[in-house]
Amino acid sequence: MNLLLNAYRNPESIGLLDESLWDLLVRQARHANLLGRLFLRLQAAGVEGLIPERPHNHLLSGAVMAGEQGHAIRREARYLQEALGAAGIPVILLKGAAYVAAGLPAAQGRLFSDVDILLPKARLGDAESALQLKGWVSTATDAYDQRYYRQWMHELPAMRHVFRGSALDVHHTILPPTSRLKPDASLLIEASVELGGDLPGIRTLALPDLILHSACHLFHEGEPNNLLRDLTDLDLLLRHLAQDDAAWDHLAERAGQLQLSDPLRLALRYCHSLLETPVPSRIQTRTGCLLGGGWVQRLRDAMYARVLRPQHPSTADVLTPLARRALYIRAHWLRMPPLLLAYHLAHKALFPARQETHPLSTEKVELVTGEKKAA
Amino acid sequence: MFRSRNPTLRVRDLSPAEFRQRLAGDGIRLAAGPFQCRLQSGISDIADELARLYAHHPLVDSKAFTDFHVSVQPGRGLRRWLAPQARFVVDAVEPFTPLPRNQALPMLEWGLNWCITAYSHHILVIHAASVARGGRAAILPAPPGSGKSTLCAALVNRGWRLLSDELTLIRLDTGQIMGLARPVNLKNASIDIIRAYAPDAFLTRPVRDTTKGTVALMAPSQASVEGVDEWADPAWMVLPRYRAGAEAALSPMGNGTAFLQLADNAMNYHVMGTRGFDAVGRLVDRCSNYRFEYSRLDDAVAIFDRLASEAA
Repeated sequence: MNLLLNAYRNPESIGLLDESLWDLLVRQARHANLLGRLFLRLQAAGVEGLIPERPHNHLLSGAVMAGEQGHAIRREARYLQEALGAAGIPVILLKGAAYVAAGLPAAQGRLFSDVDILLPKARLGDAESALQLKGWVSTATDAYDQRYYRQWMHELPAMRHVFRGSALDVHHTILPPTSRLKPDASLLIEASVELGGDLPGIRTLALPDLILHSACHLFHEGEPNNLLRDLTDLDLLLRHLAQDDAAWDHLAERAGQLQLSDPLRLALRYCHSLLETPVPSRIQTRTGCLLGGGWVQRLRDAMYARVLRPQHPSTADVLTPLARRALYIRAHWLRMPPLLLAYHLAHKALFPARQETHPLSTEKVELVTGEKKAA
Repeated sequence: MFRSRNPTLRVRDLSPAEFRQRLAGDGIRLAAGPFQCRLQSGISDIADELARLYAHHPLVDSKAFTDFHVSVQPGRGLRRWLAPQARFVVDAVEPFTPLPRNQALPMLEWGLNWCITAYSHHILVIHAASVARGGRAAILPAPPGSGKSTLCAALVNRGWRLLSDELTLIRLDTGQIMGLARPVNLKNASIDIIRAYAPDAFLTRPVRDTTKGTVALMAPSQASVEGVDEWADPAWMVLPRYRAGAEAALSPMGNGTAFLQLADNAMNYHVMGTRGFDAVGRLVDRCSNYRFEYSRLDDAVAIFDRLASEAA
């Protein structure tokens, strides 16, 4: 039962929930990393008064955490500008960090596990040294992972700041170079916009590119825990873009230019069907986003219907594990040629990554961590 | 709508067999202060001690909203027999590295503390013990090894009401402390000290070789648990330090130092931004703030009793 999607789409419906359904809603929202965003949504819809005290505490806590993470992200952005600016390397924020820094609606209630930035590939070496000088260190420990990232991926192995513990992903493009789709990163960098205000010198991707990157991420990622959160990001970004009707055409054109028409089509399809994101009919026609399609499309719909749910036991059915597995393989299939994929999956099967857990301690609540679980 | 807590039915009303059965099945649903918790475990060895620790806590209806769905479960596969483990699970997520199976009970307690700390930013959560007398409360923040839990255990066995041993919960609206009345975590030498000091208190068997050394849990008194919904006004902040041979003595602490002490021990101070700053500021203003050195528990309790007898 997907209570989360119901409440998100139709805030008034929360008036009908009894205590045990509230219990389930909070659990689903926590697993989807959407507690804070749901709270702000209900608040904006004027139904905060319908939330009973206990669930209110949890939803509010999510929003408080997200709000403070937003401050922390802006602080990180300034530290990054300090580290890279001196070397003449631009700081271009991606994803969540960009939404926060640019003050976009998609920043609302957003929780973070890291900051993502984009650099010209030629400056990657300089950037890595400049960051290391200021305390960011690589977290990939084994040689296979180091090689995997540096040889085949679009980003450096994740970095972490030694004192602040904050995680950083340094990208030189938005998809692995081995992917079927090859968006030209220099076009993204060229179109990036400077923020000014209290974040001078810091840039983000332009709004259409933020949308396309988010779409790209959604359909090339094998890790389903944040997919519904990412879909709500897309919904908020698209609704923001829609304030200027002509921007839709620009978005579709830009998608073609960056070879990202396919991810855009899927993003519009699932945003529209799950979150009722309005898409002008000419854009529907142009992208074909709502067309029925053959069995491949139907299979894909069935798969995404399962992973675009809060990944909580209460929303799972017998096909969910299969859908998660298939998505993992599909994500890798899109990112690697077959031989490389076979090699990589074989390595991961022989030497599975250890699940990241932490010793139990009563430590302070961490604000920005590399933790990707819905804990 | 949320008044499903049955005021009369408590954990002690369950037979040992019923307690075991629930613990292994749907879980024991109980209220600890402001939180409703569902405790489950597939490790049956913890059942009897857990039932004693939470004997006086009210049971909560199975349809009620649950703040934390937690369990400790045995390890999987071969490990079950080779090196038995306990895993802490909160609503299908395992945030922590498993511990040896004999640490299952402390693990459940520490895991629950973690849930409160990680998920509760509608209140200020301070890493401190707190005890109350006549509606007024003393907050005892302190680093491990300072004798905070020992002093707390002594006070609650001499007429003070236990609010919390580990996490002090401050409401943002009234600034009052909401008690938890959960078990007190005793470590190393303090286990025998409290056994001698309060022979009637229930302590679990000591668990050796944990990250905190040897630990035992002490059950909160019936009065503390049954009076837990009475929020207390913070009146004193006392930073205790055990020093062998020391005469028990309070010395006043400046407001600035007191602020830093509380902020430093507030688990979610930095998550709450300006609201955290204001909450700590108000707390410092409301409290008389002291450092406290002691060695003998009776002297320490006498000094706290004198504080409580002074007019507000």
